[in-house]
Amino acid sequence: MSQKADSKREWPLWEVFIRSKAGLDHKHAGSLHAADADMAIENARDVYTRRMEGISIWVVESKYIHASDPGDAEILYEPANDKIYRHPTFYNLPDELTHM
Amino acid sequence: MTVHSFQEHFDEKMDKDQAIEAKDWMPDDYRKTLIRQIAQHAHSEIVGMLPEGNWITRAPNLRRKAILLAKVQDEAGHGLYLYSAAESLGISRDDMMEQLHSGKQKYSSIFNYPTISWADMGAVGWLVDGAAIMNQVPLCRTSYGPYARAMVRICKEESFHQRQGYEIMLTLANGTEMQKKMAQDSLNRWWWPSLMMFGPPDADSPHTEQSMRWRIKRFTNDELRQRFVDVTVEQARILGLTILDKDLKWNEATGHYDFGTPDWNEFYNILKGNGPCNKERLDVRRKAWEEGQWVREAALAYSDKRRQRKEKKAA
Repeated sequence: MSQKADSKREWPLWEVFIRSKAGLDHKHAGSLHAADADMAIENARDVYTRRMEGISIWVVESKYIHASDPGDAEILYEPANDKIYRHPTFYNLPDELTHM
Repeated sequence: MTVHSFQEHFDEKMDKDQAIEAKDWMPDDYRKTLIRQIAQHAHSEIVGMLPEGNWITRAPNLRRKAILLAKVQDEAGHGLYLYSAAESLGISRDDMMEQLHSGKQKYSSIFNYPTISWADMGAVGWLVDGAAIMNQVPLCRTSYGPYARAMVRICKEESFHQRQGYEIMLTLANGTEMQKKMAQDSLNRWWWPSLMMFGPPDADSPHTEQSMRWRIKRFTNDELRQRFVDVTVEQARILGLTILDKDLKWNEATGHYDFGTPDWNEFYNILKGNGPCNKERLDVRRKAWEEGQWVREAALAYSDKRRQRKEKKAA
């Protein structure tokens, strides 16, 4: 890569996931730029956990995230709509029934 | 879907108060307007670090210094949340930096005023952050998901900024005659610029209607300005300070305070680049960017080198 092109190269974008406390899952917090994974974790600490928001950080380079197409939402999620019998509230049971 | 039905789908989401996410279809104007607004907001956070950074080394004691450092660090964080939100719309970070430096993208004109006394750290926190909060809280429910999420985070943190500023004012207002005078002088200088932060009067704000429809603005400039005056007058009274506006008085009929008109010529003049600190602020930003170039390059070179070493070892 030429010197010129190199100086125009941006630090890659990373997605940051934070576990807020033990026992909970990591949740997407936002994104940031960093030259590599170590720096991404250090930056995530400064940008997203200044107020004890987390005890564990995951970073993933954004280009590795594969996402579903919003245009496919109907095909993907529609079939769940007509299967309301998957929900416990679907069943009509007597009021006196307990422990269920 | 055709472009027409994409548009209908988008309009339906607007009507139903649903969020738009980065990968959803959106009209070009919506995207452009959002990029402009979010970038301007991000730049304001970053440039906004300068007038306060000015006082870090001269804070009157260690407690104040630690607080001011934390506040300025928060502002850097807020800028970063917002830059990321703008990037999700397809503009790069470097492009935004270039457009800030060239003057193509703006930042809030309030940061073109100087902070000449320690009391200004109080007035900036109380009034400038107070006005910013008033502008920002409604944006937590804005239509663009990444922007709304950034705003939720920012608003949570902003509240400490305003309270610490008010506390500085309170300490000065209850201090010596000299300190009280400093506080009053600072209020005098920041009052009108703070009212200008809500933007020109509704009659001169041509994009308001479209922005309200898109939910990237939820109240008009004049509505927010009125709300700010109504709450701030009482806060000034508690401090025992006087707002210098001869037209300021309670209006029984409207249930609001009447107040005077800010000097809009001054506002437009600063917007054109002629404020007391426009040149200094941009010069400092440009210098930081240029002098940081080698750091950005070195970090990439280091990461490249480490990756190559790893690959060699694996081979």
